[in-house]
Amino acid sequence: MKITDDSPPVLTALDRPNSYIGRSVPRPNLQRLTQGRGLYVSDVTLPRMAHVAYVRSPHAHARIVNIVTEAAKKTPGVIAAVIGAELAKVMTPWVGVLTHLKGLKSAPQAPLAVERACWQGEAVCAVVARTRAEAEDACELVEVRYEELPAVTDPEIALDAKTPVIHASLGDNLCFERKLDVGAVDKAFAESDAVVEATFRFGRHTGVTTEPRAVVADWNEGEQRMTVYHGTQAPHMMQNLFAKHLGIAEHQVRVLTKDVGGSFGIKVHTYADEMATVALSKLLKRPVKFVADRIESFVTDIHARDHRIKAKIGVSKDGTITAFEIDDLTGIGPYSVYPRTSGIEANQIVNLVGGPYNCPNYRAQARVVFQNKNVMCQYRAVGHPIAVAVTEGLVDLAAAKIGMDPLELRRRNLIPDDAYPTQSASGLKFELLSHHEALAHLDSMMNYAGLRAEQQKLRGKGVYRGIGFASFIEVTNPSAAFYGVGGARITAMDGATVKLDAQGAIIVHTGVTEQGQGAEAVVAQCVASSFGVRVEKVRVITGDTDNTPYGGGTWASRAAGIGGEAAWQAGKALRANVLAVAASILQAKPDDLDIRNGLVVDKDKGTERLPLDELARIAYFRPDTLPPGFQAELMATRHYVPRAWPFAFTNGIQGSYLEVDIETGFVKLLKHWCVEDCGTIINPQLVDEQIRGGVVQGIGAALFEHCLYDERGQLLNGNMADYLVPMAVEMPDIECGHVVSPTADSELGAKGAGEAGTAGAPGSVMNAINDALRPLGAQPLTDMPFTPDKILRALGKV
Amino acid sequence: MNDRTLDISLTVNGARVQDRVEARKTLVDFLREDLALTGSHVGCEHGVCGACTVRVNGEIVRGCLMLAVQCDGAAVETIEGLSDSGEVSDLQAAFEQRNALQCGYCTPGMITAAQDLLRRSKKVPSRDEIREHLSGNYCRCTGYHAIVDAVEAVAQARAGARK
Amino acid sequence: MKPAPFAYKKVRTLKEAVALLAKHKDNARLLAGGQSLIATLNMRLSAPALLIDINGIRGLDGITKKGKFVEVGALARHAQVERSDVIARYAPLIALAMPHIGHPAIRNRGSFGGSIAFADPAAELPACLLALGGEVDIASAKGKRKVKADAFFKGLFETALRPHELVTAIRIPVADKNTRVGFAELARRHGDYAMVGLAASARANGKGLTDVRLAYFGVGDTPIRVKTAEAALADGNIDAAVSALDLEPHDDVQATAKLKKHLAGVLLRRVAAQLLETRP
Repeated sequence: MKITDDSPPVLTALDRPNSYIGRSVPRPNLQRLTQGRGLYVSDVTLPRMAHVAYVRSPHAHARIVNIVTEAAKKTPGVIAAVIGAELAKVMTPWVGVLTHLKGLKSAPQAPLAVERACWQGEAVCAVVARTRAEAEDACELVEVRYEELPAVTDPEIALDAKTPVIHASLGDNLCFERKLDVGAVDKAFAESDAVVEATFRFGRHTGVTTEPRAVVADWNEGEQRMTVYHGTQAPHMMQNLFAKHLGIAEHQVRVLTKDVGGSFGIKVHTYADEMATVALSKLLKRPVKFVADRIESFVTDIHARDHRIKAKIGVSKDGTITAFEIDDLTGIGPYSVYPRTSGIEANQIVNLVGGPYNCPNYRAQARVVFQNKNVMCQYRAVGHPIAVAVTEGLVDLAAAKIGMDPLELRRRNLIPDDAYPTQSASGLKFELLSHHEALAHLDSMMNYAGLRAEQQKLRGKGVYRGIGFASFIEVTNPSAAFYGVGGARITAMDGATVKLDAQGAIIVHTGVTEQGQGAEAVVAQCVASSFGVRVEKVRVITGDTDNTPYGGGTWASRAAGIGGEAAWQAGKALRANVLAVAASILQAKPDDLDIRNGLVVDKDKGTERLPLDELARIAYFRPDTLPPGFQAELMATRHYVPRAWPFAFTNGIQGSYLEVDIETGFVKLLKHWCVEDCGTIINPQLVDEQIRGGVVQGIGAALFEHCLYDERGQLLNGNMADYLVPMAVEMPDIECGHVVSPTADSELGAKGAGEAGTAGAPGSVMNAINDALRPLGAQPLTDMPFTPDKILRALGKV
Repeated sequence: MNDRTLDISLTVNGARVQDRVEARKTLVDFLREDLALTGSHVGCEHGVCGACTVRVNGEIVRGCLMLAVQCDGAAVETIEGLSDSGEVSDLQAAFEQRNALQCGYCTPGMITAAQDLLRRSKKVPSRDEIREHLSGNYCRCTGYHAIVDAVEAVAQARAGARK
Repeated sequence: MKPAPFAYKKVRTLKEAVALLAKHKDNARLLAGGQSLIATLNMRLSAPALLIDINGIRGLDGITKKGKFVEVGALARHAQVERSDVIARYAPLIALAMPHIGHPAIRNRGSFGGSIAFADPAAELPACLLALGGEVDIASAKGKRKVKADAFFKGLFETALRPHELVTAIRIPVADKNTRVGFAELARRHGDYAMVGLAASARANGKGLTDVRLAYFGVGDTPIRVKTAEAALADGNIDAAVSALDLEPHDDVQATAKLKKHLAGVLLRRVAAQLLETRP
C-alpha cells in the first residue's frame, strides 16, 4: 500500500483560495505522541504528590459493619487512611437525575461508600501513601467487616414484589420507564402478511481505554484553588461538579486535560473514586494522584449495553414494513450515573428503533432497573448499536420470511432521499439524510452481486459465508435538548478564541477536547481556512478551564460539527479585524482585501499587499503609526450552538462479509464496509479512521466483549486476558465510503462521525452470521456476543 | 530478609544508569517513575496489552513482566531512545501520515513491536504477518487497519531502498 | 496493581539455586522467564518472600541433539526454540506449537522449562511434552533425577516437582522419518490460552499409525492423554477415536464443558488428518 499525502481538495461553497476543508491534513500533535513525548495524566507528577489506592468491596451488596484502619496507618509511607464518613465532611453526595427524563430517580451516591457497598468494586476506604505500591501494601491491612446483603442481579426479577429493594428510600428498583405508542400498531400487525418476533440480548461490555482513568488533584491551601489534571472529555462539566460538591466557586477550580489515552464515553462521567481523590487533596492539602489499575477499571469504569429487547416487525408481501414494536429491559447497576444519568441508553433505543424506515406504526416500552452490579452509562454510540441491531435484525428476519433479498427490502422501506425534512415515528427530526444513495454506493463498493455468487458457489463446497447489512442513523451535534433542558450543567455550546501572535501566526483556544479523534486538527483546519493562513501556522490549545472558552468538550460526535463551526466563525471574525488593521495601514478598503496563505492580498487580483508578520509588528509595536482613534483588535471569540434542530442526524449503511466454521463455531471476518454521511467532511482521513475504529469496537460487541457476572454479582472475567478486546489478527480490513449531505444549521455543514462505526457494526455482523447459517436451518442468533458456543447451539451441535 | 532493595547498573538508551531500586519494581515503572521516561505506557500490568513494550538487549519485552533488578547489566531501549537515534523515524512518519494512531497511548509499544518485525523480516511481510506480529499490542482507537497500512508502507519502502 | 514486597537473589550457579531452594522451600519462587509469575505478583495473587532469579545460570539454555533425544535447557526462550533448526528438524511438534504461544514479546522472555514447571493446563508445551513422551530433568540439593512426562503432571498447576527442586532440562525423543506429529488449538484470539488444544505424535506404520499419543490441553487440570482414543486411532478408526474421547472438562469463562468436548472431537479429526498425511 502507498500512503498518499493528501486527497484532492473538494470544491464546496466553503472553499477559499487556501481552504483546508475536505483535505486530509495530518494532525498537528502526532509527532509528540509517536515519540512518546505526550503528557497523559498518568505521566503527571507534582511536588509533594501522594498516591491513593482504594479498598474495594468484594461483595455485590453488603452492609459495612466497621472499618479498622489502625494497622494500615502504621505502614511505612502511609499518609492517611480515610473512610466514607470522614470524606463526607469534605464532599457532598450527588444524584444522577435529569428532569426531562420524567420520573427518573436515583439515590445519593458518595465518593466513598458510607454504611453500604452496592456493587463489587465500590470503594469503601482510601489509603494515601508516598507511592502506589505502599498504598496497596497498606490496603491489605485495612480490616473491613461486611454483613452480606442479598444481591439483586437479574433485571428480569428486579421489579418483582419478592425482590429486595436496593435503595429503600426509592420504594422500588425502577429507575426509569418510558412508553411510546404511535400510529395504529395493533391494526398494522393484524393486517401484515408476516409478523416476525425475536428476543435480542446484548452483552454488558465496557470501553477498556488503553490508558485507564486517571486524575491528579492539587488543592492549594494558599490560593484556595483546586487544580485537577484529569483524563476527561468534558473539562468544564467537571469543573462545575468538583466545585459544586466541594462547596467552592467554579472559579476556584481549574481542570487541565492534556493527552488522554482513549475515552469513548468512558471518561465523561462522575466516578466516585475520582471525586474521592479530589476530596482527599482538599482534606490533605497536597496533590493526590489516582490511576485506576486494569483490574479496578473492569469493576468501576462504566459498563454499557446490557439490554434485553423483545421485538416484533410486521411486513407485507411486497416488502412494506408495517409496524415495529419493542420492549426493552435493562439493568444499570445500583446508581444512575451522575450527571448524564443511566436512562439515556434506553431512551435512545426507544427513539432510534425503526429510524431509517418509512413506517408510521411504532410501539415501545423501556424499563431501566437497579441492580447490584457495576454502574452502566453512556459508552460510544449510546443505544445506537442496540437500536440498529434490533431494527436491522428484524428487517433481515422479515426479508427471510417473505423470501426477499435483504438489500431490496431495505430499498423498499428506507425513507426516500427526497423526502426531507421529515421525522421518524418516534418524533426524531431529520433535516437531510441519504439512505438510498448510501445503499447504492455500498452495493457497488462491495460488489454485492459478486459476493452473493461467491457465497453460493462456496456453499457447495461446505464453506459457509454470510453477508450482512445494517442501515443506521446517528445522533450528532446535540443541542441543549440532550442535557441542558434536563437541568444538567452540561453546555451544548462551544467557543473558539483566535488571536494573531506577533509574528503572524495564529493561536486558537477551543472548548472542545482532544481524545485522539483529531479535534485539534479539525479546529486548526477550520481556522486556517476561514482566516487565511497555512495550517502549520495555527496552534490549537484545548483542555484548560482557566484559558479556553466555555464548552461542552467531546461527546456525542460534537467536536467537529460544533467546535469546528465556532472555530470557523472565530477565524472569519479575526480576518475582519485584521483586514481593518491592514486597510488602515494600506489606506485601502477592507472589502478590497483578503488574507491568503499568511499574506494580506488584493481580493480581486490576489497580489501581495502586506505579510501578516509585518502587520503584526506594526499593530503590536508601532501602533503610534496607525491613524488616531484606530485600535487594532487582534483577538476574536465566537461561539456556536445548534439551534435549528435538536440533533444533526447522520446516516449510513454497513456491510459485513464473514465465514463461519460450522464445526467449531468460529467466525472469520473477511471484510467490512461502511458508507456514511456526516455532511461536510472537514478531514476525510480522520472521518475514515473514526469509522474504522468505531467499527472494530462494534465488532468487539458482536463477537468478543462481555462482562460476565455470576448470580451473586461477581464479575468473572475482569482482566485483560479473560475479557476479550479485539486484537489485530482477528480484525478485517475496513473500506469506507461517503455521501455528503451538509446541515444548513451551520456554515460548515459538518455533522459528527465518531460513533457511526460502532452504531452499525454489531447489527451487520449479526446479520452476516445469520445469513451464513440460514441454509443450515440454524435458529437465528440474536444474543450478543456470538461466541462459538452460541453458534454451535444454534446449529444444534452442542 | 534485606534483599528487597538492590543496586543496579545498566544502560538506558545508551546512557549509563546506576540506581537503587526495590526488587518488586517492574521495568516499566522504573523507566517511568525513576528515569521519567514516560513514553513507555502502563496499560494492564499483567502482560496482555503491550503498551509497555520496550527493548532489552535488542529483544522486545513486556516492561510490566520484567523487574528492574533483572536489567542489571542490560541495555534497555525505549521509544525515546529509538526516536532520538532515528531508527524508527520512517515508521513514525508513516504512522503520522496515515493517522495510524489516535490517542497515541499504544503507539510507542506498537512502533517498537513493528520495528522488531521489520528488523527481522527478510522479505516484505504480508498484511496477515503484520497483524500476527502486532497481535500482542492492543489498540482501542484505530481498529488496526491504518496501523497495518503504515507498517506495510514502511516495509515496502525499506525493501525498495535495499534493492 | 503493584507486587507486594519481596527479596530478590540472582544466582549464578545451579548449586547456589538449589541451596537457596532447600533453605526457603515454599517461601521462595524461582524466576525464569517470569511471563506468568510476574503477572501474578503484580496482581498480588502470589506473594513469595524471596524470588530466586535463575536467569544468570550459564548453560541452561542450550538446544542440542544428544543421541536419541533433543535436549532443551530449562532457560531456552520460546523465541529461541521457535527459530531453532534443531527443533525444526528433530522436534517438529514443538515447532508447530511455538507460534501459538503468546506474542513475540512474551516469547522473547518466556522459557521452556518455566512453561513445563508452571504446568498451566491450557498451555501448549506441557501437552507437547506429554504427546512426545519426553522427560524432565530435575535437580535439587540432594542430586538429580528424571521424571517421565506421563508421571510429571499431577494436578492443577501441580507437578512431580517438589518445593526444593527445579527443572534443568526437557528431553524429547528425536523425530525420524517415521515420526508423525499433529497440532491444533482453538483460541478466540491469536496468542490466547487455548479453549481446547491437541498435541499428537505417532509412528507411521505403512498406511497406518502406531504409538499414537494424543495430549489435550485446556480441558482439565493437566494436559490429558486419551488412551482409548489413541488405540482407536492406531486401529485406523477416526470415528471410534472421537467417540472414545472420555474428557471431563470444566466450564470456564470462554467455553462450557459441553463445548470443549465437542471441540475436542473436531480437533481430533483435524489432527488425525495431519498425522495421516504422508510426509514429503
